[in-house]
Amino acid sequence: MEYFAQQLINGIVLGSIYGLIAIGYTMVYGIVGMINFAHGDIFMIGGFIALITFLILISIGLTAIPLVLLIVLLVSMAVTALYGWTVERIAYRPLRHSFRLAPMLSAIGMSFVLINYSQISQGARVKPVPPIITGGYSLLERDGFVVRLSNAQIIVVLTTVVLLAIFTWLVSRTRLGRDMRACEQDQTMAALLGVDVDRTISMTFVIGAALAAVAGMMYLIYYGLVDFFMGFVAGIKAFTAAVLGGIGSLPGAMLGGLLIGLIETMWSAYFSVEYKDVAAFSILIVVLIFLPTGLLGRPEVEKV
Amino acid sequence: MTGAATDLTQASRREGIVFILKKSLISALVALVLFSLMIGIRTEAGPTGQLIYWTRFDDLASIVAIVFVGSIVVELLRQWWGPVGTTRSLPPTMQRAVATAGRALPPLLLLSALAVPIVFYDQRYVIDTGIQVLTYVMLGWGLNVVVGLAGLLDLGYVAFYAVGAYSYALLATNFGLSFWICLPLAGILAACWGVLLGFPVLRLRGDYLAIVTLAFGEIIRLVIINWQSLTGGPNGISPIPRPTLFGIPLTAGEDGLAARLGFEFSPTQRIVFLFYLILALALITNWVTIRLRRLPIGRAWEALREDEVACRALGINITTTKLTAFATGAMFGGFAGAFFATRQGFISPESFTFQESALVLAIVVLGGMGSQLGVALAALTLIGGFELFRGFDQYRMLVFGLAMVLLMIWRPRGLIGHRAPTVFLRQSTAISSELAREGRG
Amino acid sequence: MSGATILEIEGLTMRFGGVVAVNDLSFSAQRHKITALIGPNGAGKTTVFNCTTGFYKPTSGAIRLIHDDGRNFALERLNDFRISKQAKVARTFQNIRLFPGMTALENLMVAQHNALMLASGFTFLGLIGAPSYRAAETHAIDQAKQWLDRIGLLERADDAAGNLPYGDQRRLEIARAMCTEPALLCLDEPAAGLNARESAGLSELLLSIRDQGTSILLIEHDMSVVMEISDHIVVMDYGVKIAEGAPKDVRDNPKVIAAYLGADEQEAAAVMESSP
Repeated sequence: MEYFAQQLINGIVLGSIYGLIAIGYTMVYGIVGMINFAHGDIFMIGGFIALITFLILISIGLTAIPLVLLIVLLVSMAVTALYGWTVERIAYRPLRHSFRLAPMLSAIGMSFVLINYSQISQGARVKPVPPIITGGYSLLERDGFVVRLSNAQIIVVLTTVVLLAIFTWLVSRTRLGRDMRACEQDQTMAALLGVDVDRTISMTFVIGAALAAVAGMMYLIYYGLVDFFMGFVAGIKAFTAAVLGGIGSLPGAMLGGLLIGLIETMWSAYFSVEYKDVAAFSILIVVLIFLPTGLLGRPEVEKV
Repeated sequence: MTGAATDLTQASRREGIVFILKKSLISALVALVLFSLMIGIRTEAGPTGQLIYWTRFDDLASIVAIVFVGSIVVELLRQWWGPVGTTRSLPPTMQRAVATAGRALPPLLLLSALAVPIVFYDQRYVIDTGIQVLTYVMLGWGLNVVVGLAGLLDLGYVAFYAVGAYSYALLATNFGLSFWICLPLAGILAACWGVLLGFPVLRLRGDYLAIVTLAFGEIIRLVIINWQSLTGGPNGISPIPRPTLFGIPLTAGEDGLAARLGFEFSPTQRIVFLFYLILALALITNWVTIRLRRLPIGRAWEALREDEVACRALGINITTTKLTAFATGAMFGGFAGAFFATRQGFISPESFTFQESALVLAIVVLGGMGSQLGVALAALTLIGGFELFRGFDQYRMLVFGLAMVLLMIWRPRGLIGHRAPTVFLRQSTAISSELAREGRG
Repeated sequence: MSGATILEIEGLTMRFGGVVAVNDLSFSAQRHKITALIGPNGAGKTTVFNCTTGFYKPTSGAIRLIHDDGRNFALERLNDFRISKQAKVARTFQNIRLFPGMTALENLMVAQHNALMLASGFTFLGLIGAPSYRAAETHAIDQAKQWLDRIGLLERADDAAGNLPYGDQRRLEIARAMCTEPALLCLDEPAAGLNARESAGLSELLLSIRDQGTSILLIEHDMSVVMEISDHIVVMDYGVKIAEGAPKDVRDNPKVIAAYLGADEQEAAAVMESSP
């Protein structure tokens, strides 16, 4: 029971990270109908930016942890958002009216570029970081097993919740959010009504990238390391989460993320840790075959 | 009147220069922000396990300068050449010359391929590269059936390559079967996997189909890595028996081919044998594909790519059509895998990553989907290009990624811009690939 | 025992979520005759087509296809491609669905896929170049040539279908459907976008198809074509049948006029009575 409770906590934390990345996938798919293959690697870049910013702040002597965290959050969100914007401008916008395969192959190319860029610029070895946030709480103790809730875990979930709240407000209450929803439904009509479609699409990528950056930073805080390949697998899992929750649905992305995080954690804990990735990928296949619209998505009827 | 016009053009030229400079400045600023942390600062795990870093501001400065200058160059080119996508047609005489050259190309390529081991007999490296190129040509022709002809986006082709390789390796090392028996078995096993993959994805389209096939490829790789008792895990399988000429080994010993035929043995002979072997396999793939294109199944594949709904309305069984496409493509991948295993003598999961799938897909797309010649040329270009970058592994993947992006922007239809009809009454006129649909899966 | 009826639609209902596109529709189409399905936009005509040709699964109701030899097919239960292959129902589409990257000849060859597949021994005989397959292929090409000649496209057999002018594309789509040797040909707005001369040519083509033994079910907005060639007309509005009969009866039916004009029935009747 205690073991299960611990896995539950771990799963929710991991799920929050996946959920943040999944939102980027679902938003982009909703508005331009493409899977942004490079999004997982944007998450990885976010992790690296957070890492480097941490190092700099600590080395210049800043020790107030909340201030450091805030600065790292803002910097990594801003810089990674710029990465997302640049990728969209260079690799996707010119192809918006090209044929269907083009943006996807371009995205795959961009993914390779980002992975190798970080490998070249920062070296191929995994970068470990000393625990930034330490301590925690023991919730339950029985038969020598302690259920712990670490401060890092609390920070991750709290940050996720706050950002989700801000983001939901953004999408439902602001002009930008309305423009995004309009473009999702009918780009041509939205343009005719005065929506700047190019800017709206760019902002979608930017916001997705910013959230992925937060996920990267949370990953760094929670696991204490970054490596250049972490975006590839995390990306597929986060995409699975987006599909599971219903592609195009934002609460769905978060829900999907939590579910995938829980499933992965439980699978590793109770079955086998080597095959946890296989479990996640299999879920993707199963969901796409049997429940393609996901849990919270809307069914599409094919028009002949 | 002329005075005003010159004033206008001069003003627009000035505006043009200011515009270009402004744009390049913005690009440089963006580059500065993007690269400031990742390039300007270099982190590394220090000797005692903690993280250390140092600065590389001079590298940062050079890169930003390159971006600035490059941006100016790109803008100038763009203004000179016109926007991307404007078609420039060659004058008719040149067009005819290009067409004749195009017809001469396949036999020329074949002759050069046959001549390579003879001309470069002493340069083992060249023959090896040739084997590498031909392997990818075969993989490209195999994937072409799935992606180019049937329009089914497969991002997990490497799975069939792996199945073929591991089938041969396991059959040869555990049961001692010869290469020639294992080759068809590897193809059959790979084809079965093709059908297994095909079933679940029948109703998926476009991007979804792509990502599920990618997931399949990854699953196969992860299973290979983790099922150590069967596949040896990350250590792979070795040694794998070398191929024989129908039972006669190519070794230096008494029973070797050299001894039997009475000439001097040299290790190059085995390499030459492997070269002609992969050439033969590739040519068989080519011949079968061309024939299949002219048969109802091949036409059904292309019709499927053009319009699946219309196919259903014409009574074509979409399920079997898609499954045969997957199975056929997988079979050729399996053959190539078996060859790969026997050529290297050793296989491990590291050879079967997503990068390989992406590379083969790039070859098919670069070639111009559906075109046999295009795929061959694309494989030559890409793999040849890769070899030039040998030693700079990371840089070559970076360049490869950039090349994919640029290719999609500049020439998404690939090198060969047309499709040849499979049956004609009077004259086979090439159909521009603008008309042919790229398929949604 | 076959009868005069080739297609029997009974109680067909199609619901999409909350919207009822077709409501309890019943009618029948006669063998060797041209039956037209008309009505204002949104009446549900294409939905009926899609149910008949296997693209939608009806919410309820029965669609029965009766062959010459008496065999019945329950179309509401057959899977898409089998409707063409076994029940021998062919269709064309409102937005032309040719294979644009293939030549006109290739389009017609694809239509003969099933016959050729059998003859090629599911590809194996074809692969080894068996003479029986080659004979079948020659026959298929001849069949295609005949149709190309009939629609006046023999000269353009090797041109890409996507390059053909609009009117030619429409006729090619009909020829392609006919190459599957159907018992019932369903045409979705075949005259859309055609000028008067092309419409006349189309009418001629459809009449000759009917006279050679194929039954036709057609959706059409062009009243000149409908009135000229139809043997029987079914009128729909808002998903229900509002009138049925011979062309001249339907033309003068006030309900039909009201539906098209958006006026109400009495007004339409009054206008009709007052006009000479």
